[in-house]
Amino acid sequence: MSDLSVAYYPGCSAVGTSVEYEKSTRAVCKALGIRLEEIPDWSCCGSSPAHTVNHVLSAALSGRNLALAADMGHDTVATPCPSCLVNLRTSARKMEDPLFRGKVNELLDAPCGPAVEPKSVLQVIVEDYGLDHVRERVRKSLNGLKVACYYGCIMTRPPELMRFDDPENPMSMDNLMEAAGAEPVPFPLKVECCGASSGIPRKDIVMRLSGRLLKAAEESGAEAIVAACPLCQMNLDLRQRQVRKANGIDRGLPVFYFTQLLGLALGLPERDLRFDKLVVSPKRCLKRIAGA
Amino acid sequence: MRIGVFVCHCGSNIGATVDCVAVAESARMLPDVAFAADTMYACSEPGQLAIAEAIHEHGLDGVVVASCSPRMHEPTFRRAVERAGLNRYMLEMANIREHVSWVGKNKALNTNKAGELIAMAVAKLRNDRPLHSSRFDVNKRVLVIGGGVAGIQAALDCADGGMQVVLVEREQSIGGKMAKLDKTFPTIDCSSCILGPRMVDVALHPNITLYTASEVEDVSGYVGNFSVRIKRRATYVDWDKCTGCGLCMEKCPSRKSPDPFNEGVSTTTAINIPFPQAIPKKAAIDPEACLKFQKGKCGICARVCPTNAVNYKQMDTWVTEEVGAVIAATGYDLFDHTAYGEYGAGRYPDVITSMQYERLMNASGPTGGHIVRPSDGREPKRVVFVQCVGSRDPSIGRPYCSGFCCMYTAKQAILTRDHIPDSEAYVFYMDIRSPGKGYDEFTRRAQEQYGVRYVRGRVAHIYELGDRIVVRGADTLAGEQVEVEADLVVLAVGAEPSKGAPELAEKLRISYDTYGFFMEKHPKLGPVETNTAGILLAGSCQGPKDIPASVAQGSAAAAKVMALFSRDQLESDPQVASVNAARCVGCMKCVQVCPYKAISETEDRFGNPKAQVIETVCQGCGLCTATCPQGAVQLSHFTDNQILAEVTALCPPFPAESFE
Amino acid sequence: MKTTNMNARDAEFIHEVEERSGQQVVRCYQCGNCTAGCPYNFAYDIPVNRIMRLVQTGQKEVVLDSKSLWLCGSCQSCTTRCPNNIDVARIMDVLRHMARETGHASERNIKLFADTFLESVEKHGRVYEAGLMASYVAQTGKFLNDLDLAPAVLTKGKLSLKPHPVHKREAVEEIFLRFREKSKQ
Repeated sequence: MSDLSVAYYPGCSAVGTSVEYEKSTRAVCKALGIRLEEIPDWSCCGSSPAHTVNHVLSAALSGRNLALAADMGHDTVATPCPSCLVNLRTSARKMEDPLFRGKVNELLDAPCGPAVEPKSVLQVIVEDYGLDHVRERVRKSLNGLKVACYYGCIMTRPPELMRFDDPENPMSMDNLMEAAGAEPVPFPLKVECCGASSGIPRKDIVMRLSGRLLKAAEESGAEAIVAACPLCQMNLDLRQRQVRKANGIDRGLPVFYFTQLLGLALGLPERDLRFDKLVVSPKRCLKRIAGA
Repeated sequence: MRIGVFVCHCGSNIGATVDCVAVAESARMLPDVAFAADTMYACSEPGQLAIAEAIHEHGLDGVVVASCSPRMHEPTFRRAVERAGLNRYMLEMANIREHVSWVGKNKALNTNKAGELIAMAVAKLRNDRPLHSSRFDVNKRVLVIGGGVAGIQAALDCADGGMQVVLVEREQSIGGKMAKLDKTFPTIDCSSCILGPRMVDVALHPNITLYTASEVEDVSGYVGNFSVRIKRRATYVDWDKCTGCGLCMEKCPSRKSPDPFNEGVSTTTAINIPFPQAIPKKAAIDPEACLKFQKGKCGICARVCPTNAVNYKQMDTWVTEEVGAVIAATGYDLFDHTAYGEYGAGRYPDVITSMQYERLMNASGPTGGHIVRPSDGREPKRVVFVQCVGSRDPSIGRPYCSGFCCMYTAKQAILTRDHIPDSEAYVFYMDIRSPGKGYDEFTRRAQEQYGVRYVRGRVAHIYELGDRIVVRGADTLAGEQVEVEADLVVLAVGAEPSKGAPELAEKLRISYDTYGFFMEKHPKLGPVETNTAGILLAGSCQGPKDIPASVAQGSAAAAKVMALFSRDQLESDPQVASVNAARCVGCMKCVQVCPYKAISETEDRFGNPKAQVIETVCQGCGLCTATCPQGAVQLSHFTDNQILAEVTALCPPFPAESFE
Repeated sequence: MKTTNMNARDAEFIHEVEERSGQQVVRCYQCGNCTAGCPYNFAYDIPVNRIMRLVQTGQKEVVLDSKSLWLCGSCQSCTTRCPNNIDVARIMDVLRHMARETGHASERNIKLFADTFLESVEKHGRVYEAGLMASYVAQTGKFLNDLDLAPAVLTKGKLSLKPHPVHKREAVEEIFLRFREKSKQ
């Protein structure tokens, strides 16, 4: 599996709010031998705002990056961010219709041809690289840390578009965490929305939706939440104090990116995984893992 | 030849878009046509009398009726011409309704097309010859496949009518789904109290031969003379010796396998009598669970059996039964709710199916009729029923309504309030479908008298959190999202065809729909017949049905069998293939294509291979005729010459204008 | 309660929604599953199943005026669970497009946030989060809303204080320019 090589689309939050996701993703992939070849001069996929304005505009913003990835000669483009992933996949799917592709290409400098397949980094690790190979490389067990794996609403949905894992009860991250020696707890709200991008214009929505998630994770007996989406992680971690206040939750619950915990299990040094960027202190969990 | 043509208006069905008078007039110009007239309803009594009158008055020896599809009325008009003294095969129909008036609105074009179809019919009729049926004996025994309530009713009615009945059931006992039910709607009478005596009647009836743990493997033959091969599965217990004492069950050390009769809510022993009222009340071993079969050790049941009935070496056996008719009553299966990930896909022990709930409520069930949660044995105080799980849901390939779930859910909700008076019952429904006698009053009673809380909306998500089950749904009438915390959730799973139904349909040579439900001959007028003569349907194998409808169909199928058997002999259809031995080169392509195995290989007196049609087996499909490179096989009433005459009438070989 | 004149149903509106979404709204049989699973329902003024019904009955103004269109988070729960395989989230998206185009914006700040976001993309080729926040706050004056986050954001270096623009910024800018050009046509 050491020759696995994909085009890589980091997404805008990689250079901002989710820098720890970005760093740990690169560190983990390097350790596993997955080559991430960054799309040269990639641009924003348009995220939710673009598709709420116009589908052709949205597809063109994503399409520019798909075209760049195709030029690199890869057949897969991986991204850590589910929001980027949905945009890239939607764009690729809709451009299968020549009429729609024509409209998109009218907005682009260089026309976008048959698309590469966008996948999440999670999917590349679990499916293309393979859980068995991950298991072989685990050096340091996560020591039975109880984690609630939270996939976010669009990693697997709608299933016809995403074609990854189970839309209602995905297990890929749970299996990955289990392979790393953690103990995933049954978490019923795995695919419930955290409030997504409403955080800034309608804080009340995030308070309510993320509050529900934190409460359920706590009730499920988790010591930490594991996330795979920059927006989810931000809503649950950065805003956790606000959310807890609004919902009367006592305990702070660290919210890791799955790549951070996987990195630990692969024996990578903590500083490469940027735990310092987490707002809710992960110290207790890290101690638990170290067996102290 | 003197031919009469009758052009039917069918009220305005044909008359509105076809000029029937003009069509009749033009028909008079056709060769050999001695009489042509239009008629308002050819199939009505005066219509038929007019045909007979014309036959006598004009000395007709062939009739063309231009009306509707022959599917319904060809038999009608054949009888009419026969009554007037003609051979019944000297009749042709031109379908100017389904093929003309119902598909086009242009009157001029329609009138022209109707005329052309009549010209074709006349051309064929000029080549028709009188055909005569031969007669054959009827074997007055009937096979009933499936021992649920529909099959039991059919078997008992036939047996009471003096017929010999062979009843085949796949499971170890007859009784079907009804045997598992607690009470029945809308009367709340005990299911096994009303079914039990019928089951005993089957066992004791001198005219019924019962094969349980058996399946139909092969069916050959034709109406009046079917031959059926039945596989009798090894039960590893000699049923002639087994007294059903149950000692083996008491002593069996393997007690952990899920009990299929109790829908998996309890476990059972490897050697087992499924329920106290089982018919036959005999034990059988499940080799998958049996230590003797799996590990080679144990043998306790053989040692304790007072009659030495246990036989680990028993093998499957086969019997062949000759019968004159077959009633298929194979019932239904429950929809597998693990397709619904949002309802937990079977992960949550306290989210159960409606049939599992029946077993929990049933006094002879695993809990003695005490409703408890499978997870912790606690009595639930809040039970939520979710309807339409696997019904009316195109996204999982089940767009049809299963029909009886609204009613059994109302019953279960009533019984819940009855068993646990301080409980709450919620029903999430999309529409309440309760059109039977006393049915709507029943669902109203659930709400008004028993206080069951009905919520109109589908449930989107069911999940466990701690020891609560959260049910998130909608109340579309209030326009709200709603949440209920339940102790137990019961999914009203829908019905789907019984496992293996399509395969059985192929064996019986009957049609089935997209889902695997068997197709009736006519949705209104032939609900228990099939397109294969002598094969009848009863109960849910044709589509989901409740108990009264299943019983009614069982009796209806039995009545059809008795009507068939009221004659000692049946007439064969003379529209069969025959081989002209002089032309046959013995290639046997016809043998390969015949779906009914109706053509065999034989030799002429010089030892040359020749094909030969077994007339009684031939169904007249015409595949052989179309395949034969020599034109040696001809299908009576559809010979090459007759078909070509029709084609020629439509496309004359030398139309004058094409040479201009 | 108002009385709606069923004859005044806007057939063109129904047709446009179906055309642009590629969905057949008549397939909705009002089971309510979309509403049952909608995480945003509590904030909606019209539940999503009623939006579907109002589209079926061609009540254009009521639909395009709804706050729900703007609050929908495109979480796909309705689309995933619809028994009739209707892509409900896509219909909500299309309705939002139509609301924008016809000057309906019942949730002003949500629209503003999206606009500001895209402005940032247009300007830098990528989202410059700190710039986006500053611009949004400047336009709404709602800086107190998330003031409590500032310490965490600043000490953790969560927000990059300078943009990471794309080299060929004009390539992205061109996409927007052409889009506006086409939209005018």
